[in-house]
Amino acid sequence: MTNIDIERIRNDFPVLHQLVNGHPLTYLDSGATSQNPISVLEAEQEYYEQRNAAVHRGAHTLAVEATEAFEAARETVAAFVGAETDEIVWTSNATEAINLLSYSFSNASLGLGGPAARRFSLGAGDEIVVTEMEHHANLIPWQQLALRTGATLRFIPVHDDGTLDLLAAADVVGPRTRLLAFTHGSNVTGTINPVAELVALARKVGALVVLDACQTVPHLPVDVKALDVDFAVFSGHKMLGPTGIGALYGKGELLGDMPPFLTGGSMITTVDMHTAEFLAPPQRFEAGTQRISQAIALAAAVDYLRETGMSRVEAWEAQLGQRLVAGLAEIPGVRLLGPGAGVERLGLAAVEVAGVHAHDVGQYLDDAGIAVRVGHHCAQPLHRRLGVTASTRASTYLYNTTDEVDLFLATLAEVAPFFGASAGTNTGVNR
Amino acid sequence: MSDLQSLYQTIILEHSKFRHGAVELAPLAEAVALGAVDGLRLAESHQINTTCGDEITLRVALSAASDELSEADSAVAELVWAGEGCSISQASASILTDTLLGLGTIEARALLENFREMLRSRGKIEPDEEILGDAAAFGGVSRYPARVKCAMLPWVAFEAALIEAESR
Repeated sequence: MTNIDIERIRNDFPVLHQLVNGHPLTYLDSGATSQNPISVLEAEQEYYEQRNAAVHRGAHTLAVEATEAFEAARETVAAFVGAETDEIVWTSNATEAINLLSYSFSNASLGLGGPAARRFSLGAGDEIVVTEMEHHANLIPWQQLALRTGATLRFIPVHDDGTLDLLAAADVVGPRTRLLAFTHGSNVTGTINPVAELVALARKVGALVVLDACQTVPHLPVDVKALDVDFAVFSGHKMLGPTGIGALYGKGELLGDMPPFLTGGSMITTVDMHTAEFLAPPQRFEAGTQRISQAIALAAAVDYLRETGMSRVEAWEAQLGQRLVAGLAEIPGVRLLGPGAGVERLGLAAVEVAGVHAHDVGQYLDDAGIAVRVGHHCAQPLHRRLGVTASTRASTYLYNTTDEVDLFLATLAEVAPFFGASAGTNTGVNR
Repeated sequence: MSDLQSLYQTIILEHSKFRHGAVELAPLAEAVALGAVDGLRLAESHQINTTCGDEITLRVALSAASDELSEADSAVAELVWAGEGCSISQASASILTDTLLGLGTIEARALLENFREMLRSRGKIEPDEEILGDAAAFGGVSRYPARVKCAMLPWVAFEAALIEAESR
């Protein structure tokens, strides 16, 4: 793709065409949440205008149409990541998807789900392995699972450059490991982890693999079957879709043996006053009225990405990512978190500006209409490991131009002088 | 003055670097024992801004009410803090130290309320320099709702430490 293609893409995103603090908006926070093309907004509106009804219950025409659209959305999203349709469970977001697994495993540990669910049961002596670079969403649910079951949580450390210590990984993942959960791509360093190598470690000891694919499914072609992970999670709002919808992928035979987490309506076959029989996946894990409009709108987002072509999206963002890190290396006092130029990365970069707190960096950029994320990006342990409390992250998507990256770099270069040089001089203040 | 300059007034940027009252805090128990010799009541409060992880521990020592002060009004005899954060929060702690140290608790509380009201006004209340002194420089912050917490962090810590010290 070229900047000309990007201009065409940008026309599909109404929110991008506005002034912020007197400057054209430069949106570089898609790692947190992405923007929606018109087709996604229209899909959601069309659903509410034409077909709104509860799904999987009721026999009237609207209910049938809503159910068909809802299930077609599942088929679209499943195909997008290479899964069978019934292997996609709707959740509110990736966080809920990981919690679903964590509580389902808890329930299995209590004996729920019978003998078939024993493969998910954890107890004292068992180990759950994560990495030091995880988003809190792929850390805390496992901490809590360990607390509930008596299992031990261990982690694969990262190197000074933020990449995984794979030698250590081979030690940490051992015969006691029951579960290995790790991120496909880091939301802080932009590192893409070697999935095949990690899956091989888990397979050797018979551990289940959970992949946090929040930062990869939106940005590059992902095929869960080719990656051979047992579970994967991703969020709709990071891939041009609405908030409130995410997905859990699970291998069919695994989901089939898992006891439910949330229970209630729409996930049962027969119920009496003391017991209930559950539906097969994915319905078993979708209690209550579902996020129907969001699922349909997410399918519209997937259509948009497919039509654009994920390989093209990946190539464009790789270009933006390399431009970011090359430019950052030229700015004095700016430290890039994670590997530098030339190393494969996502189209994002988090930095520390010497002597200036991330909040102040973000404020300066916002004044120029540039939206970035500041703080620990829900990855406190990784920040601590890299020796910073907070950082400033620019994250790109298919609608960002090279000019926007350059504007970010030029504005970032002004930050240290503004905060350094202003002190002690007496400009602009009446006091 | 640009918006950015009204937020980051020179006095704020200066205080964020030369942080008055910032020290390495000795263990609280030691400080309490030491203060007790002089009849001081010590307490501290630790506050975290969960948005960014900024934190401050602020310690207050109250003197007993003297003749010059009414029964209910002790004075802020000592004020020190340790913390990490953005320029707004650091400057706010520094200016708080300059502003409140030596005041009676009644006056300190009134000032704190005035500061809080000004910060929550979204730019509608002009800071009163007569009352607030240098703390009036945070008037620009009130137009940035996301930054109000940064400026308030040390003041919230002061408020909590004060209540704790008074109960001793």
